[in-house]
Amino acid sequence: MAKVPVQFTLNGAEKAEFIDSGTTLLNALRDKIGDTSPKGGCHQGTCGACSVIIDGELRLSCLTLAETCNGAAIITTSGLSEGGVLHPLQRAFLDAFATQCGFCTPGMIMAAKVLLDHTPNPSRDEVVEALSGNICRCTGYEPIIQAVLTAARSNSQNAA
Amino acid sequence: MALALQTFSTVKDANAALRAAGTRYLGGGTLVVRAANEGDVSLSSFVRSTEPSLSAITVSSGKVSIGASVTMAAIARHPGLAALSGAARAVGGPAIRNMATVGGNLFAPAPYGDFTVALLALDATVSSDNGDLPIEAFLATRESNQAIVTAVRFELRTEGVFRFLKVSRVKPKGVSVLSIAAVLEQAPDGTVSSSRIALGCMADRPMRAKAAEKALVGRTLTSDGIAPALTVASDDTSPATDPIASAWYRTQVLPVHLGRLLLA
Repeated sequence: MAKVPVQFTLNGAEKAEFIDSGTTLLNALRDKIGDTSPKGGCHQGTCGACSVIIDGELRLSCLTLAETCNGAAIITTSGLSEGGVLHPLQRAFLDAFATQCGFCTPGMIMAAKVLLDHTPNPSRDEVVEALSGNICRCTGYEPIIQAVLTAARSNSQNAA
Repeated sequence: MALALQTFSTVKDANAALRAAGTRYLGGGTLVVRAANEGDVSLSSFVRSTEPSLSAITVSSGKVSIGASVTMAAIARHPGLAALSGAARAVGGPAIRNMATVGGNLFAPAPYGDFTVALLALDATVSSDNGDLPIEAFLATRESNQAIVTAVRFELRTEGVFRFLKVSRVKPKGVSVLSIAAVLEQAPDGTVSSSRIALGCMADRPMRAKAAEKALVGRTLTSDGIAPALTVASDDTSPATDPIASAWYRTQVLPVHLGRLLLA
């Protein structure tokens, strides 16, 4: 299998790797780079557990080939905390008991982050819509929705 | 298994590479990478093109051209395509919409391909290096298509003339039970002067409800007026039974949802 060079920023840090051509971004992140925060759930684009942010857009890393991300800025859940302090979304998920087995949580948080980046004060319907590509089999979704709304309120209070 | 990707700056070069056995075109990845992940052994390599025209949307003098690599998210946020935003938003969740392309949607098997249902109602033209084809002819032979689709073109319709409805069991973004798109023109007296109705999930690919179209012409969009069209809505359909719905269920609920769309 031909090796191809791939360069992108991951959570603000430059990454340059040689990978097998055709490797998915999910596999490159987890197996090559060591960022295991995106989870491999269905590998079919259905569950959303592998969601990452690429150049500001929510994408599924299981269906994205790593070499198509050359020059891109990629954000995963592992890059959200700063100096050991959790991101408001991470804090809200913990406080609202919005995570149980935790498998869907990184994808949920990525989807929620894109929403709050563009819509700082979303309605409940907007939160539901933003999370609609992410499946959770534990929580029943309501704690997750509440966590996102709580994080949004927290952000707006901090900005005030 | 990793599969090699070849990237070309022109569609022409990508088309040439696509002739190799086992090679599939990579658009947004939601169909072909999914197939590879699922273990499709007929796949051995991917080809893509970065030609800028593939990602262009032009809306001019009532005519629309959408490049094959344009995503559903790009259509949904384009100010000139407001009438189509509902059909674009019907495709998957946010992450899928950021990846799924117009070109890929043309090849999506039922129960997917909701945007293509809209394109079929709009009587779109599908362009490739082999020339232009009416979408109905393209869909009939899409498996044997040998050239990369470059764009779709159609006449812009306003909301009201163009109508779209997706029916799913899981809200807000479940997979389709069925989808319906219609282009309805009305005479000054309110009667339907022309109708074009497309159905998704009522066959293995989007199809037209020709009997219902015919039954609507000259009728008003009232409960009594549309009744003959609803009676024949399921004519010539052959829906699949899948985990989303049975063929029987799809056949039973089609007239109900078509009625709601026509009376909206």
